[in-house]
Amino acid sequence: MTFDLPLVFAVLMGAAVLLYVVLDGYDLGVGMLMPAATAQEHEIMVASIGPFWDANETWLVLGVGVLLVAFPLAHGEILAALYLPAVVMLVGLMLRGVAFEFRVKAEGWHRELWNWLFWLGSFVASFAQGLMLGRYVTGFEHGFLYYLFALLTGAALCGGYVLLGATWLVMKTSGELQAKALAWTRWGLAWVALGVALVSLATPLVSETVQAKWFTQFPFVPRSYWLVLLPLATLAAGIWVWRATGQLKKDAAARDWTAFAGAISIFTLAFAGLAYSIFPYVVIDRITLWQAASHPSALKMVLIGVAIVLPFLLGYTIFAHRVFRGKAQALLH
Amino acid sequence: MENAELLLLARAQFGLNIGFHILFPSLTIALGWVLLFFRIQYARTGDAAWLATYNLWTKIFALSFAMGVVTGITMSFQFGTNWPGFMLKVGNIAGPLLAYEVLFAFFLESTFLGVMLFGMNRVPSWVHIFSAAMVAIGTTLSAFWILALNSWMQTPAGHVMDANVLVAGDWWEVLFNPSLPYRVTHMLLASGLTAAFVLTGLSAWRLLRAADDASARSTLRTGLVIAAVLVPAQIQVGDLHGLNTLKHQPAKIAAIEALWETRNGAPLVLFAVPNEDTRRNDYAIEIPRLASLILRHDADGEVKGLEAFAPDTPPVLPVFFAFRVMVGIGVLMLILAWGGVWVTRRGALPPRWLLWTFAAFTFAGWIATLAGWLVTEIGRQPWLVTGILRTADAVGQVSGPMLGASLTAYIVTYAVMLIAYMVVLTHMAGKGAKP
Repeated sequence: MTFDLPLVFAVLMGAAVLLYVVLDGYDLGVGMLMPAATAQEHEIMVASIGPFWDANETWLVLGVGVLLVAFPLAHGEILAALYLPAVVMLVGLMLRGVAFEFRVKAEGWHRELWNWLFWLGSFVASFAQGLMLGRYVTGFEHGFLYYLFALLTGAALCGGYVLLGATWLVMKTSGELQAKALAWTRWGLAWVALGVALVSLATPLVSETVQAKWFTQFPFVPRSYWLVLLPLATLAAGIWVWRATGQLKKDAAARDWTAFAGAISIFTLAFAGLAYSIFPYVVIDRITLWQAASHPSALKMVLIGVAIVLPFLLGYTIFAHRVFRGKAQALLH
Repeated sequence: MENAELLLLARAQFGLNIGFHILFPSLTIALGWVLLFFRIQYARTGDAAWLATYNLWTKIFALSFAMGVVTGITMSFQFGTNWPGFMLKVGNIAGPLLAYEVLFAFFLESTFLGVMLFGMNRVPSWVHIFSAAMVAIGTTLSAFWILALNSWMQTPAGHVMDANVLVAGDWWEVLFNPSLPYRVTHMLLASGLTAAFVLTGLSAWRLLRAADDASARSTLRTGLVIAAVLVPAQIQVGDLHGLNTLKHQPAKIAAIEALWETRNGAPLVLFAVPNEDTRRNDYAIEIPRLASLILRHDADGEVKGLEAFAPDTPPVLPVFFAFRVMVGIGVLMLILAWGGVWVTRRGALPPRWLLWTFAAFTFAGWIATLAGWLVTEIGRQPWLVTGILRTADAVGQVSGPMLGASLTAYIVTYAVMLIAYMVVLTHMAGKGAKP
């Protein structure tokens, strides 16, 4: 049996990035929601993500790692083009990560300061990630409209993370905080709907490659009517989240994980659309997966490692989430 | 901007990141095992004092681990931006080693860390101990994989050329390249010493405020005993590592010894100011023939000088001084550890001046580790991968202003993080373990 190794690694990288976006997305979303909560609620919010954020961030290292290891040509190209937003994101992630630890140990205005840095770090990292996405999709073209588009994707991703964070809190909290989280979910959803709609409309306009992938005749004739399923499914997932919050508002005993599942679906669908739009490029219009790939001997070596580790990795990730299942309590280590 | 300046900026920025990052793993690798020891002691004895000790040091571990994670992520970005030539030329070997670090170590430690930090009341005792063990194993494995890559860059082996890029001919030889056993042992012992002196130093800090704190007394003693065992081992391993370097990277040894010319019966330079312009040592204090005796085990043995390797020689001054800082701290550590074990026998409390000295040496391991790292990395120049790839040929296209701006951002962020880290650490340690 022979594998198309670059393709296998593209799938692996995509899976790692999607997992990162969903997993750290809820962490960052919770971070961005901090200013909307009271001091007591802060403790529960932070406790809900405390056991997970270290491991969640590791998926970013894996995603970037696979890019580096499997597509080194693209790693240099992409990260050099995204140099400044990447630095901004990294500084944001650093602030968020250490603020997480420092705020627990601080008292008085110190804790206020670290709370604020926690929020700032989460926001800056999220916005920078969205910005990078926008620059990436447009092939790093320069010009006012391209920059505007990147700002738009930055804001849209913040909205998406807020949605993930809010639905996570709906699942992990109860009482007053959960009621707040339900309201945040709806705000997040509105923001996401606006963002996804604008980005979907703007993407074919700023990128001819994407336009050609979606339409035979822009804007009215799609390449295949199957493609219409993607926006329709996204819309359905959005409605699903909205209804799930409505049910919980009426009946506190309703299932509390459905909104979070819906939010994950929205991200997965958006990601699928993105992957479809870009394929087979890894740097749009310039480098394909196969051109950027490492030597087969290196790819095989990594693949062996992945095959050995993946079952364990999934196993203990599920184990950790099971240990901390249910509602979060303000617990301190 | 001149290429030479770009290279310097790229090196400064990468060096800052990796040097800042290494501080935290060098503490957590060994501290993970110390925590496991505390945790097992609590399970064995049921004594609440062990639990309090475990809890205090877990907080310190968590903080250090977080610092390590966030600074480590930065590096995975900089491989490609600062050194694209590195990945293009040797990525087929370096890449899989990095990937194995993430796959086999990073996920293991970060996932079980959550259970270890927050799961004590949620899982059975043995599962919690198992999680602590997984964290300790994970940190140690990550050190192994990273040092495997670093060792391969220092003493490459097992590779073959395929159309101008390197690929692995024999992964076993790549992995267990000539310097790996020495480097891994040297680094793990360095981590042990770093953790031991942090344990001792912070416990001394606590005892200066509350002399009757039983937990601080026991951790002070724990740190001293660990250090007293590990320092002699480190001296022995360091010597073997040096002989291994002499065999595979003789230019590095020549720079360490500031030996400009090849000669028989080379002296050991205790102190000097190496002068690159005149290619001789100013203000030198030497012991005749001792370098030959140490390196060749023969007082008249020949030691190759830097001239033998020209023009591919490292800068002498930083390598020379960094080596002496490392060895000097090692000697002080030996005196302190053995003296400390003697003074604290039968549970005695050291005098205040000694406690102050221990406190002052809290981060001595960091300084020694950084100095050793400077020796080995600057000593490898001008090569990035010895004999295969020059550092200057790997540098990327990121512009000078961008490198400068990001370097500034990193310096500011790291300074804030480091200050906050030190303040919080001493504050926590000062309050002591709470039962």
